[in-house]
Amino acid sequence: MDLNAKIPDGPIEGKWDRHRFEMKLVNPANKRKYNIIVVGTGLAGASAAASLAELGYNVDCFCFQDSPRRAHSIAAQGGINAAKNYQNDGDSIYRLFYDTVKGGDFRAREANVYRLAQISVNIIDQCVAQGVPFAREYGGMLSNRSFGGAQVSRTFYARGQTGQQLLLGAYQALERQIGAGKVKMYPRHEMLDLVVIDGVARGIITRNLVTGETRGWVGDAVVLATGGYGNVFYLSTNAKGSNVTATFRAYKRGAGFGNPCFTQIHPTCIPVSGDYQSKLTLMSESLRNDGRVWVPKQKGDARRPEQIPEDERDYYLERRYPSFGNLVPRDVASRAAKAVCDEGRGVGPSKMAVYLDFADAVRRLGQNVVADRYGNLFEMYERITGEDPYKTPMRIFPAVHYTMGGLWVDYNLMSTIPGLHVLGEANFSDHGANRLGASALMQGLADGYFIIPYTIGNYLAQAKLPKITVEHPEVQRCLAGVRAQTTRLLGIKGRTTVDEFHRELGLVMWDYCGMGRTAEGLKIALQKIPEIRARFWSDVAVPGANEELNPWLEKAGRVADFLEFGELMCLDALQRNESCGGHFREEFQTPDGEALRDDANYSHAAVWEYTGEGSAPRLHKEPLEFKNVKLATRSYA
Amino acid sequence: MSKTMTLTLQIWRQRSANTPGSMQTYKLEGVNEHMSFLEMLDVLNTKLTKEGQDPVAFDHDCREGICGSCAMVIDGRPHGPRKGTTACQLHMRTYKDGDTITIEPWRAKAFPVIKDLVVDRGALDRIVAAGGFVSVNTGVTVDANAIPVGKKNADEAMDYAACIGCGACVAACPNASAMLFTGAKVGHLVKLPQGQVERRGRVLRMVEQMDREGFGACTNHRECSEACPKEISFDAIELLNREYMRAQVTNE
Repeated sequence: MDLNAKIPDGPIEGKWDRHRFEMKLVNPANKRKYNIIVVGTGLAGASAAASLAELGYNVDCFCFQDSPRRAHSIAAQGGINAAKNYQNDGDSIYRLFYDTVKGGDFRAREANVYRLAQISVNIIDQCVAQGVPFAREYGGMLSNRSFGGAQVSRTFYARGQTGQQLLLGAYQALERQIGAGKVKMYPRHEMLDLVVIDGVARGIITRNLVTGETRGWVGDAVVLATGGYGNVFYLSTNAKGSNVTATFRAYKRGAGFGNPCFTQIHPTCIPVSGDYQSKLTLMSESLRNDGRVWVPKQKGDARRPEQIPEDERDYYLERRYPSFGNLVPRDVASRAAKAVCDEGRGVGPSKMAVYLDFADAVRRLGQNVVADRYGNLFEMYERITGEDPYKTPMRIFPAVHYTMGGLWVDYNLMSTIPGLHVLGEANFSDHGANRLGASALMQGLADGYFIIPYTIGNYLAQAKLPKITVEHPEVQRCLAGVRAQTTRLLGIKGRTTVDEFHRELGLVMWDYCGMGRTAEGLKIALQKIPEIRARFWSDVAVPGANEELNPWLEKAGRVADFLEFGELMCLDALQRNESCGGHFREEFQTPDGEALRDDANYSHAAVWEYTGEGSAPRLHKEPLEFKNVKLATRSYA
Repeated sequence: MSKTMTLTLQIWRQRSANTPGSMQTYKLEGVNEHMSFLEMLDVLNTKLTKEGQDPVAFDHDCREGICGSCAMVIDGRPHGPRKGTTACQLHMRTYKDGDTITIEPWRAKAFPVIKDLVVDRGALDRIVAAGGFVSVNTGVTVDANAIPVGKKNADEAMDYAACIGCGACVAACPNASAMLFTGAKVGHLVKLPQGQVERRGRVLRMVEQMDREGFGACTNHRECSEACPKEISFDAIELLNREYMRAQVTNE
């Protein structure tokens, strides 16, 4: 497996400019001769599909939702980072680059992150031009707030619905191209396989979720923007439909999978309330601007929060990390919450929660200002828990939120399969072992609006692509494979539901590959997962038929892939004998309980190659070089 | 301890667009008050699956009130009884032991039923495709702070832009009108300087598409904004009418 990242030469500040000049171009008249397949319509997919169509390419675009506007990017709450320095507080492209590399615990590729910081400023310009209603000051200028892992205010936001507004901007740009006939949109279509012909990605197989029709599509390049795999844990903040199938099928067709164990546990989510729970709801990190996190100093303190006097509370983030306080990065905040709960100081009925308290903010700013900043989040909390956060502190606990791992891509966002490009959360780049808040939206849009439109031209201008049709034997072979799996799933007629299997897998993943991992635990998980998988294939109950809308069949296919993918995550976590970012191996920690990296042995991206069913995947390494940011132990104290 | 309840559910079952549907009754025990409405349906579906019956199909995805997927009329009201709340955010503590709840799909000519509670809302996308955007290609932009936008206008634009495209407004309207949806998008863009250039053509094209899709006209019942889970104001329709009139009498 060739892991040449194709990073341009020269100083980091000039790499992207230089690369843009050196890349080959497709002349405007020729662009319309190319067909590009885009899968997924979140920030990365919608922005890519729209931008490619604007350039003149023909785009076939697919999403499993009933409308491209419903992709899970819509749920991002807090904001998007950009190095605009509008607040005159010392921000710069270099500082955003530095914060992101450090925030990722030095496990991301420097050149990619620098480019991301450079492009961040263009994204805000683009979105404003589209009519994204970002928050404004009274003078008409854009407003900013702070997010974790940064000491400047560089986060742009639209109330607590930033993802929604950015996605609607991209969606509207996409609909404009659909109206113009440059994009053909196929909602309620799920990608179930990647077609690779002569080593090159040339198409996909989809199932029409309304009619059950499976068919092949061919094109000159394939772009996957299919999001992350947090739902391998069953309970996560991801939408119910979010899944690993597209990227996992690409992996099985030869695309290297980078750092699958790097998952982000978000510190501020509403705690689990019962075993019927179907998902977890995030409370935006922006709340940590004004909310203070605490637990009682005493173990097992059963008093109501307002009965606990100030000097008997432990504001543990402010105590342990005085300079960043409540705004430490997500991995640090999550681990600290787990630590106090493990000590027996957790709160609420389950004792697996900590308080996020706004009493000081309400006193300092008044309820109106707090409502203006966080009103919709407070309402959401109240709807779910039945408690009023203006009066009583929120109870929060960490939950799976984002996956930094994904398909390995080079500087051009191309995977190890030529022609297969991967954008947004679906790829492994940019965030290293931990993503900073408000950086996912930035990366999705950077990839879709400002990187793939250039790099795909460079690929197409040089690729030799013989004409093919869906009648090609390889397309037909993939199609037969997909149909056989559907038939097999429907034919088992077992007694255990898909959700029951999914929940069982999720528990194993959370217990052994969640916030704290050990070699011993991971080995247990590696025994349990194949066991669950074997039971799934002999006892799963998938009701209904193929030739109809069948959400249970869809889900069965996704869970089948999670049941294989979970194993890959555990393997990856087991081989990485260090702690870094979201990957916390309990054997490797400092006396204070902080992550202990091993730069001598693990300063690399771990990239896994599929070697066939029943055969262990092969590990490859892309060494990471740090020439601009000095490798150091992260300190937020 | 959390309370549990037993419910009688009357649910619209329809195999496909071309087969007739009917209301079916189900008894469900052990419903926890902290469950969301959709989790209650999950429990029903697990039970039906185990009994070898066909589970109830419904659209859902984010389950936190923002994606706009979930769409069901609960006891005659789109998204159920709680104001400003999507079905996925409705929790069972709203109900009590022994309640009977009816659950039906959105009903509108422009939203054909696909199966059970799932309908085709593609018409809303086509209204946006007709003009619900600013025609700016990627890259053709000035600095984001070059054009100041007053806070009031930005806030009003955001109020309209908060629409999640669920279609509850259509389902609530006796005429199945999509004017609140369309008005919200027209309102979002007309409040911003970036939306001015295409102001006239946008409203004409979007209204034309709305009519072509088979949505009805507004006759001021105001049920739409009552049902809207994002509480989009009825002002959106007044604004849409004003913009449409303006577009017909001016050239700009």
